[in-house]
Amino acid sequence: MTQPATGIQRLEGVLGALKKQNRKALVAYVMAGDPTPAFTEALVPKLAEAGADIIELGFPFSDPMADGPVIQAASERALRSFPGLNAYLAMVARLRRVTPVPLVLMTYYNLVFRYGEQAFAKAAAEAGLDGAILPDLALEEAETWQKAAEAAGVASVFLEAPNTSAQQAGLIAQASRGFVYLISLKGVTGSDKGIGEHLDQRIDRLRKLTHTPLLLGFGISTPEQAHTLGGVCDGVIVGSALVGRMAAESTDAGKEQAAVALIRSFRQALDA
Amino acid sequence: MTTHPNRPGYFGPYGGRFVPETLISPLREVEDEFQRAVNDPAFWEEFNALLADYVGRPSPLYFARRLTEHLGGAKIYLKREDLNHTGSHKINNTLGQALLARRMGKRRLIAETGAGMHGVATATVAAMFGMECLVYMGAKDMQRQSPNVFRMNMLGAKVQGVSSGSATLKDAMNEALRAWVAMVDDTFYVIGSVAGPHPYPTMVREFQRVIGRETKAQVLKAEGRLPDRLVACVGGGSNAMGLFAEFLPDQGVELRGVEAAGQGLTAGLHAAAINGGQVGVLHGSKSYLLQEENGQVLEAHSIAAGLDYPGVGPEHAWLHDTGRAAYVPVTDQEALEAAFTLSRMEGILPAIESAHAVAEALRTAPAMPKDNVMVVCLSGRGDKDLHTLISARPQEFHS
Repeated sequence: MTQPATGIQRLEGVLGALKKQNRKALVAYVMAGDPTPAFTEALVPKLAEAGADIIELGFPFSDPMADGPVIQAASERALRSFPGLNAYLAMVARLRRVTPVPLVLMTYYNLVFRYGEQAFAKAAAEAGLDGAILPDLALEEAETWQKAAEAAGVASVFLEAPNTSAQQAGLIAQASRGFVYLISLKGVTGSDKGIGEHLDQRIDRLRKLTHTPLLLGFGISTPEQAHTLGGVCDGVIVGSALVGRMAAESTDAGKEQAAVALIRSFRQALDA
Repeated sequence: MTTHPNRPGYFGPYGGRFVPETLISPLREVEDEFQRAVNDPAFWEEFNALLADYVGRPSPLYFARRLTEHLGGAKIYLKREDLNHTGSHKINNTLGQALLARRMGKRRLIAETGAGMHGVATATVAAMFGMECLVYMGAKDMQRQSPNVFRMNMLGAKVQGVSSGSATLKDAMNEALRAWVAMVDDTFYVIGSVAGPHPYPTMVREFQRVIGRETKAQVLKAEGRLPDRLVACVGGGSNAMGLFAEFLPDQGVELRGVEAAGQGLTAGLHAAAINGGQVGVLHGSKSYLLQEENGQVLEAHSIAAGLDYPGVGPEHAWLHDTGRAAYVPVTDQEALEAAFTLSRMEGILPAIESAHAVAEALRTAPAMPKDNVMVVCLSGRGDKDLHTLISARPQEFHS
């Protein structure tokens, strides 16, 4: 396979190939730097080998307002030894050299705003980030960031929620690059109140508006759930379940082992 | 002049609505209902009647004669928001938002609180309207403002401690925003300051505007002219915005916001977002913000829990940039000194937040001509701060 020219193309290539094989995408979320940057750097290729199609890489923020307690705690752990954004981007660049797995950033807008939207998009693309999810940057405030990301070839991924209006859903479907991130429930990451109703209708609505893959996240905690939900969308994002599983282990080796085992079980469930 | 013409919710480049998609629809619903209420005379009629009969408005504009004579400069008037029901200006806004919540059919109010005054004011109106109330409060603030925790409990509200991050106001606001997402169907989020995502900065200003409207009429009656200078403390900045809004077109009236300088701007331990921060995005709006080079938000430091916030309302950021208002720092020590001075010279114990504004008056009044008029917003009363005052100056407290 030829090397993709941009991050957007890399994401589209991977998700397109899965679709052709009629397989569901598995996205594994990890918080970079939890508990240390070195641990994350070693972990990412192993998660790809274990069956993750895309890695969503969290960059910690002091005030993660879309996140539940599990990822908040991960964010606080990562911030204890936070070496700065450029050090994180350097880690991404090293990862890019050892694995072709798409890397999608998830962080909060202030980090990007402070760096400068254009400068950040350029630095992210150079490091090898293929996309970015900024959960507190809803579409109505995202115009300049969209342009900067597009120019750098970085996919700006937007989120659609259970209470998104029909009109807004149309705009999100058109704007989102790589995939559309469907928030499964009205809540924060890692919520356990179950997947919201009307999921089928939301997916139908989006399917009529776009061919972009639809990936579902927030609160997907078991392989069984992933199997069921994989039936209605193009893939699932596993975050808090993975981060929480690792946090329960005390050693780096234990964390890595538990993470690889969990991703394997999700992979099997999605392929079954 | 203070609103960007083509972008609702913006004050120059500041403000906006930087929130997760899950909050976009709820915020638009609040915005739409607020617009309908603004244009509905019956809404304002009920609001004004409750301000009069329940809150006790108009609050007096008191000429501080002894203080004025002591300082020997400008005439100092105190706008007595501390005399409102619940003891601060916060009730003006919670009443307005509770009326809005009722129009929208919500049965529960949630709120964040720092010093506890906004929490108490929310719990109060929730009780009065027969609504449930849940208040998020930093664990550190629950300790230093314990009397207000008990008041909220007495009013039937549940106080949810927040121990993430710095365990103060900013973390309480994070948690309230998270919680709102999950219970938005039957819940209204009562934000206590001119901060947060659109429409809150505008809406809270409009509900607090009564402070300045009364002040204008009262000072015209007392002095026959407009004041030379208005002074108010600024955390998020709701009492200041409420006082300033009505005077924005009066260019001859100097507007001065007072930021909490904690242990001093150079020491780095302060809560002065305009004086010591850079532009950033927190809690849904773009404004000045205390942050490190990567954009991680820094912990604020102030003796006043109600000012202990790393951001500031977006309209204040714009008033600063345009030069319409000036923002000056006052340290913990200066505020403490002012609390003692006002207590002993006028028999008024100010909230430690409001004491920051008083300190600015003590500092600047002597240099002003005797025929000048200065109005200081006394945004709250200081009973809640006795514990803090005793810790700071134990030698002053003996039988």
